Amino acid sequence: MADEKKKKAHSCRNKLLTGGVSRYGRSAMYERTATYKKKWTVVKKEKVKTPAFVEKQIGGDKNGGKRLVRVKRSPRYYPTDELPPRKRSRKKPFCEHKRNLRATITPGTVLILVAGRYKGKRVVFLKQLASGLLLVTGPMKVNGVPMRRINQIYCIASKTKVDISKVELPDRLTDEYFKKKKLRKPKHQEGEIFDEAKEEYTVSDERKEDQLKVDRQLLPIVKAVPHMKGYLQSPFFLSTKQYPHEMAF
Amino acid sequence: MAAPVAFQLLHANTTYVNARFVKVFTKYVEIGRVAFIAHGKDSGKLCVIIDIVDQNRALVDGPCTGVLRQALNFKRLHLTPFKIKIPHSVKTKIVRKKFDEGEILKKWQETTWAKKIEIKKKRAALSDFDRFKLMRAKQARGRIIRTQVNKLKKEAAKK
Repeated sequence: MADEKKKKAHSCRNKLLTGGVSRYGRSAMYERTATYKKKWTVVKKEKVKTPAFVEKQIGGDKNGGKRLVRVKRSPRYYPTDELPPRKRSRKKPFCEHKRNLRATITPGTVLILVAGRYKGKRVVFLKQLASGLLLVTGPMKVNGVPMRRINQIYCIASKTKVDISKVELPDRLTDEYFKKKKLRKPKHQEGEIFDEAKEEYTVSDERKEDQLKVDRQLLPIVKAVPHMKGYLQSPFFLSTKQYPHEMAF
Repeated sequence: MAAPVAFQLLHANTTYVNARFVKVFTKYVEIGRVAFIAHGKDSGKLCVIIDIVDQNRALVDGPCTGVLRQALNFKRLHLTPFKIKIPHSVKTKIVRKKFDEGEILKKWQETTWAKKIEIKKKRAALSDFDRFKLMRAKQARGRIIRTQVNKLKKEAAKK
């Protein structure tokens, strides 16, 4: 094992053929990797023995003062029938899905939003969140787009990039942070049929603070590039004879 | 009776336009004619017509522009005003020599035709940011022109 680490590791001596079959079987591989030469040094791991019972103190009179309690509790249910083993489904839950990101979208890319409340706006891409959605910001001072999540399928990635390497994003910007909060509807009173005074959405102080923090870092970077601020301010539009499939962004 | 006499003197390939005799065709398919390939794999490149194969095709060669010696349909070729003096079916080496001597590529780059192609290419490759900057530049230019025109108008109106 130590020899291997000293020299550079050899490329795989085996080959995978079609059908999931290896070119060389076990005995052939034994010879090829010279396993007979290898010296196996076994390091005995010390088994840490955990006690099965633990002494616990009990208050109160006339109880004996302490009890021996099992560390691992015995199961409260023993099944009478053996159930057939569950097959491993290849369907993964959403949280385990593989997130893709278009190669053209990198931190600092100017994206053109094509759908949603802010369609037509040009925004700066900050990072991709764990759910796969993109975190973008206007910056807010420039075009009124706050820090927001959008799906990359609703963005056109332009070739223009802003240098974001020195921008520090607050750690609390996660999917949970941006998730839509359900507004409480006031409970129906006896005799009142119509909803009165629905709870309105207000921007939290957290959001305002984080928005300022990020924008303060971004604005000087944006202003440093000539015409960039004007570019982010102006909306994207198509005019006559402009065909998106013929345009470069 | 000047008009009827003039008509009788009409040559082939000339018409009478605006009190002048004008040739209808000025660029001919001939050996040595430099042509612009408009369609196909080599589209956008210049080549020289070396020989005529039949009614529809020409033997063509473009050693200086990366066109292999091949037979191309006339429909693909757009004739340029340039010509080099070569005998028919010459070797590619001679074509290259005459093409370089005639400085055809340099002359081609100076034509409006070639310049328009360049402009089209540049426009197609503009990024969204470039298009924005172009729009702002056009607006600024228009503003300058308009202020000057209005100034001149005012001065003219005063007089």
